[in-house]
Amino acid sequence: MTTLKIICPNGHLGFAPLKVPSFNIGVESSPNYIAADSGSDDVGPVPLGTDTSTSPKSWQKHDLEQMLLASRKLGVPMIIGSAGDTGTNSRVDLYVEMIKEIAIKHKLNEFKIGYFYSEISKDFIRNKIESGDAILGLDQRENLTLEQLDRTERIVAMAGVHPFIKLLEEGADVIIGGRSSDSAIFAAAALHEGYPENHAYYLGKVMECASFCAEPYGGKETILGEISQNDVLVTAMHPEQRCTVASVAGHAMYERSNPYFELVAGGTLDMTHCEYEQVSEKTTRITGSTFKTASDFRVKLEGAAKIGERFIGMAGVRDPYTIEHIDKVIQWAKTQVEDQFGTEGYEVHYSVFGRNGIMGDLEPIKHTKSHELCVVVQGVAPTKEMAEELTMIATRQLFYARLPEVKGTAGSVSFIIDEVLEASPAFEWSLNHTMSIENGLEVFPTHMTTAGK
Amino acid sequence: MTTHKLVDLAKTIRSKNAGTDKITFDIIFRNSNEYELVKKSKAITKETMAKLYAIPISRISDFVEYDPAYAIKFTIYRNRPSGSAGDADIFGAQQYAPLMDIEIQV
Repeated sequence: MTTLKIICPNGHLGFAPLKVPSFNIGVESSPNYIAADSGSDDVGPVPLGTDTSTSPKSWQKHDLEQMLLASRKLGVPMIIGSAGDTGTNSRVDLYVEMIKEIAIKHKLNEFKIGYFYSEISKDFIRNKIESGDAILGLDQRENLTLEQLDRTERIVAMAGVHPFIKLLEEGADVIIGGRSSDSAIFAAAALHEGYPENHAYYLGKVMECASFCAEPYGGKETILGEISQNDVLVTAMHPEQRCTVASVAGHAMYERSNPYFELVAGGTLDMTHCEYEQVSEKTTRITGSTFKTASDFRVKLEGAAKIGERFIGMAGVRDPYTIEHIDKVIQWAKTQVEDQFGTEGYEVHYSVFGRNGIMGDLEPIKHTKSHELCVVVQGVAPTKEMAEELTMIATRQLFYARLPEVKGTAGSVSFIIDEVLEASPAFEWSLNHTMSIENGLEVFPTHMTTAGK
Repeated sequence: MTTHKLVDLAKTIRSKNAGTDKITFDIIFRNSNEYELVKKSKAITKETMAKLYAIPISRISDFVEYDPAYAIKFTIYRNRPSGSAGDADIFGAQQYAPLMDIEIQV
């Protein structure tokens, strides 16, 4: 093969369904691989902490079905990374089962499913720390302490290309990956087929979010990436979208603090000297990327620690005097919480929409202009009972706030419901660190099974 | 000399998580003219962004003028990781609005 073609229909499989028409156009271009990433840490720490997906099963299955039927029809491999939002073991198993169910439903001929896991046991990390092999903090975090490790519910490591390549070498027709770098899914296919690292990792970087590298803006549309020994071409499949120099170069900086470097397990993609060229209306050509292999092999770790059970309350304010004194209203409610529960052992958060609910301290507009506010209350406590009562006091006491000059003395706030709602437990990202490993396969055990008949 | 708002000069102004601990801001222009005008105006620097968002400069992890995409990009550390209880923007996707009104002297 002088070039390799990969299509990507979705930048976060499951989070919203892929758009079928542009996917079908992509399939008609006879790709050699069909691949998509299914994970993101954008969804917050709750799915990892509770080992659930934030994406509905029916959307996950919709996309897996589209991709599987196309890949079996064309006889080309299908690759999924970071299964089920988090890439935990249970999400990998879920996707493997879905693939098997789809194969039965459509009476597909037998094919091989390769899969790998990315969860890391706390004992494994504890041994590292105790033997002096520090778990290094990213983004100004301290190195991981045993205490922080103990609080953590679940940990995944971010795989590079290595487990994907191993499974391709073993003849997998479908690969379901645990947590993995978005770009590795595509880079692995290119490396397996003999294309150079310099271009393979760029191919992955540009394809990972599907049509986010095209314009005009529109997600969940299919794009086609084509790699040769010398360059990468990327083409939008949607009739109204184009991959332009601006949209492709712009995508290199999406969701990362620096547009020039992408760190993955085993090395760094350097985009400093990338050159972009519009070669046709819908296609941009990229050259000049380089990949540097790391001397010290480290993987990124993600971990979520439970803070407590959580309830949510909501209240509205229309009285202009009350709006002006909303902080006093909230202070009153907080004081009532303290009278019941003291000052420690729980969290209560107020987001005041209409003032600075979205931006908090980052909001430059300090004077509230709104004629109405919505106050969202979050109460977090060790038990559900306490979280519910806490949130109820913190919300209902807004109604009884004592403002000296208020005209309305029958209630300070409005309610859409006179109750508080149980929410997902509160978690926090307790790990954003890196760990040394022997090689790219050490903590990513691979397995093979079959589907169809 | 005339004054333009950034929203009238830029094609894209956006914010988004860069991992769990940072939010990154992208200001992308249609062409090099507008990009160079804004760069030369010095209206968007590490210092002015720290002032706009009322944060110490140490909370800005990166500030890059990215010529290939006609883009100015900066990244800030969050006070708490994304999705912690009380975080009202877990994707960091609605933090860019104050950039729109920045006045550029051309």
